[in-house]
Amino acid sequence: MARTSTRDRMKNEINAGSMADIAFLLLIFFLVTTTIVEDKGVLVKLPPWSEEPPDITKLKTRNVYSVLVNADDQLLVRGEEMKVSELRDNAKIFIKNPQKLENMAENPKKAIISMKNDRGTKYETYLEVYNELKAAYNELRDEEANAKHGKDYDYCTKDQRTAIRMAIPLVISEAEPTSFGEEN
Amino acid sequence: MSKFRKKGGKASPEISTASLPDIIFMLLFFFMVVTVLRDSSLKVDVKTPNATELTKLEKKSLVNYIYIGRPTEQYRKTYGTKPRIQLGDKFSKIEDIPLFLEKHKSKVSENMRGGIKTSLRIDKSVTMGIVTDVKLALRRAGQLLVNYSAKPRVD
Repeated sequence: MARTSTRDRMKNEINAGSMADIAFLLLIFFLVTTTIVEDKGVLVKLPPWSEEPPDITKLKTRNVYSVLVNADDQLLVRGEEMKVSELRDNAKIFIKNPQKLENMAENPKKAIISMKNDRGTKYETYLEVYNELKAAYNELRDEEANAKHGKDYDYCTKDQRTAIRMAIPLVISEAEPTSFGEEN
Repeated sequence: MSKFRKKGGKASPEISTASLPDIIFMLLFFFMVVTVLRDSSLKVDVKTPNATELTKLEKKSLVNYIYIGRPTEQYRKTYGTKPRIQLGDKFSKIEDIPLFLEKHKSKVSENMRGGIKTSLRIDKSVTMGIVTDVKLALRRAGQLLVNYSAKPRVD
């Protein structure tokens, strides 16, 4: 008789071979419907909105680093033309003022960067300029951290970082853009 | 003699495939963790610019996205080539931004609302006019934490 005994039937297993196929199907589904997270960017805190016009506080000209970007993506920094590649170092010198020059910031706390662009300025240029200014501050903070604590800003403790942030505050003020070169 | 014959009979052992599903599942879980579901298809071309001072956006649930760019090929006939704003999955106007932000806010638990960030995914070639308008709308709506989405620059 070819009848299987009860013991033989107990040994029967569910065929797991097709399980791989099911898993593959799921895998391919996820591969197709998803994108790898790559969301990075330049983080900015916008000034709060207020109806009344900002009260004009008199600033000493020596403390203001004005950056103008026109519709042709050209830069005018403190009345002089400049390339974007030179901006970072120039801004650093202005903020830190190592030689204590008369026409540069009294100290990093008082330095203010004023940025103004045109409505026709390319977004790419705008972000590049903003990035350079932010980089100048980040480099200064790194230098400060290295001088004081012997390590980069990112590796300092929270208190150390707050102290450095207070000493070199990031102030980039943006003026209402001009509208000479609006795109049609 | 019988000893050798026995060996010959055992010549075709199969590789056990029982662990294959486990391996595939491992891959599956890896992809599930690493990736996010694409929730809206893009109707505008967005090629983000490059930058160096980047911050990584964490906590996906606290981020809302505003896309600005020129309409893609298939929408050019109806919408032209001027830069447009896309909120969620449709073309929108500046006036729609407050409602969009409010809708997103309602999904976030109350104590987390201070940390909501807006990721601006803006095409390189767009001019600042439209970007300024969006920024103004965000400020008016009280959404001040903004992230200009960018790719790392390779120097």
